Amino acid sequence: MEDMSQYPLELSGPDVPMVRFMNVTKSYGALTVLDNLNLDVSEGEMVTVIGPSGSGKTTVLRMLMTLETINGGVIYVDGQPLTHMAKNGVLVPADAKYLRRARSSIGMCFQHFNLFPHMTALQNCMEGPVQVLGLPKAEARDRSEELLSMVGMIDKKDQHPSRLSGGQQQRVAIARALAMRPKVMLFDEVTSALDPEVIGEVTGVIRKLVAEHNLTMLMVTHQMGFARDISDRVCFFYQGKIEEQGPPEGLFGNPQRERTQQFLSAVKAAD
Amino acid sequence: MFDWRWDFTFEILPRLLQATLNTLAAAGIGYGIAVVLGLVFALAQRTPSRIVTMVVRECVEFIRSTPLVLQIFFVFFVGPQFGIRLSPWVAGMIAIGLHYSAYLSEVYRGGLESVPKGQWEACTALNLSTTKTYFRVIIPQALPPSLAGMGNYLVGIFKDTPMLSVIGVAELMQAANAIGGSHYRYLEPYTMVGIIFLAISLPAAGLIRVFEAWVRKKLGMN
Ligand SMILES: Nc1ncnc2c1ncn2[C@@H]1O[C@H](COP(=O)(O)OP(=O)(O)O)[C@@H](O)[C@H]1O
Ligand SMILES: [Mg+2]
Repeated sequence: MEDMSQYPLELSGPDVPMVRFMNVTKSYGALTVLDNLNLDVSEGEMVTVIGPSGSGKTTVLRMLMTLETINGGVIYVDGQPLTHMAKNGVLVPADAKYLRRARSSIGMCFQHFNLFPHMTALQNCMEGPVQVLGLPKAEARDRSEELLSMVGMIDKKDQHPSRLSGGQQQRVAIARALAMRPKVMLFDEVTSALDPEVIGEVTGVIRKLVAEHNLTMLMVTHQMGFARDISDRVCFFYQGKIEEQGPPEGLFGNPQRERTQQFLSAVKAAD
Repeated sequence: MFDWRWDFTFEILPRLLQATLNTLAAAGIGYGIAVVLGLVFALAQRTPSRIVTMVVRECVEFIRSTPLVLQIFFVFFVGPQFGIRLSPWVAGMIAIGLHYSAYLSEVYRGGLESVPKGQWEACTALNLSTTKTYFRVIIPQALPPSLAGMGNYLVGIFKDTPMLSVIGVAELMQAANAIGGSHYRYLEPYTMVGIIFLAISLPAAGLIRVFEAWVRKKLGMN
C-alpha cells in the first residue's frame, strides 16, 4: 500500500499548477501503462503530448477526465485532489459523488467526436448547460449559439451529426465542451479521424482558442507542425514515461534524447 | 360436412367484436407492464452490484424457460394460498406482463449494449448524472435497434392473450368458447377468432415498421 500521508490534502503556495500529476501510475492487469508520472500544467498553458502509439498519451487524458481510475499517486486540479478526497486528514480514493464535483472543471474532445446522434448541433451544445449546470434554456441557447459561431458552425446548428462532415462534427464537439466553461480542456487526437483537407478547420479553432482564451489545455496530437506552432511545452512520451519535454523550438529543433530523435525522424519520414 | 352458416356468423359477430376490445385491452395493458418492467430488468442487470445483476438475470432466465400458461395458473391459483386473492384480470395482467417483460428486457439489453462506449464517455466529460445519461442519451439511442424486437413481442403478446381464457378472462377466445358451448357450433366462432387475429396482426406488423422508420427519423438517425 502506498503511503498517502506524503500527499498534501490540497496544493497551496504562490504558484499552484492548474493540473498536477504526482507519482501517477496506471496499469491494466500486469501491464504498466504509465509509470510514476509527474507532470504539472500551469494555468493558461498549452501542453502537447506526442509519442509513439501505445506510449500512454490517451491514458494521461482519460485519467484526468476521470474515465480511468489510477493505481497509484494523486492528480490535483486547481489545487484540489481530483482522484482522491480528504477523509480524516488523509487522501482516500474519491467516491462517485466527489468525482462528479471534481471533474466539473475539465472538458474533453475525442478522436471520434462522440456527439449525441439524436440531437442537433445546438441541442448537443445545450445539453450540459441545461441538464448539468441548470441554466435556463434561453441562456444555454445564447451561450451555445455564441460558441457555434466561434467554431463557424452556426449555420448548421439545427443539423444532426449524421448530416455533418467529420471536421464539422469535431467543431461542434469543441463548442459542446466549451459550453460547460471548463478550466482545463483536453484534446485527444481530435484530427486523427479527419480527412486531410478538413484538418485545418479544426486546428484553426484550436489556434483561436489558444490566441483568444486563457484556457489550460492538454493536447495529444500526431501533427508535429501544429504542435510546434501553438504549444507552450511539448512532452514526448515513450513507454509510459516522459522521455523528454521542453519548449517546442528546443524539442523539435534540438532534441536531446535518442528516442526523441528517432521518433521525430520517423514521423518526418512518414510525412 | 362444411356447412358454414352465415346467419349464425352475423348473430355472434357483435359479441366477438365486443370481446375483441377486451383482447386488445389485455394485450395493451400487459404490454404496457412489460415495456416498463422490462426496462427495469434490463437496467437492473447493469448496476455495479453483482448480486442484483445475478438475481435479476436468474429471474429473467426462469421466466423465459417456463410456459406462460403455468405462470398464469400460478399467479391466479397459488396466490390465494398465500392470501393474495386476485381477480382474473389482475392476475392475468401480472402474469402476461411479467412474462413478456423478461423477453423485452433481453431486447433492451441488446439495444443498450449497441450504444457505443464513446457516448458514455461523452456523458462523463459533460458531467451528466447516471440517470440523465440513461434517459437523455443512452436509452434514446438504444430505442431504434430495439423497436423491431419490441414490435415482434407486441404481436406476440396479442396472440398469447387467448391463454388468459384458462382463468376466465373475458377475451376473444373465452367468448368463442362460450358461444360454441351454448350453441354446439364451433366452426364459425373459432374461424372468426382466427380471422380477427389475422386482421389485426398483419397490419400491425406493417404499422410497427412505419413507426420504427418514423422514430429513427425523429431521432435524426438513419
Ligand atoms: N482498456 C484497456 N485495457 C488494456 N490495455 C489498455 C486499455 N487501454 C489502453 N491499454 C493499453 O495501454 C497502453 C497505452 O494506451 P494509450 O494510452 O491508448 O496509448 P496512446 O494513446 O499513446 O497510443 C497501450 O499498450 C494499450 O494497449
Ligand atoms: Mg491514443
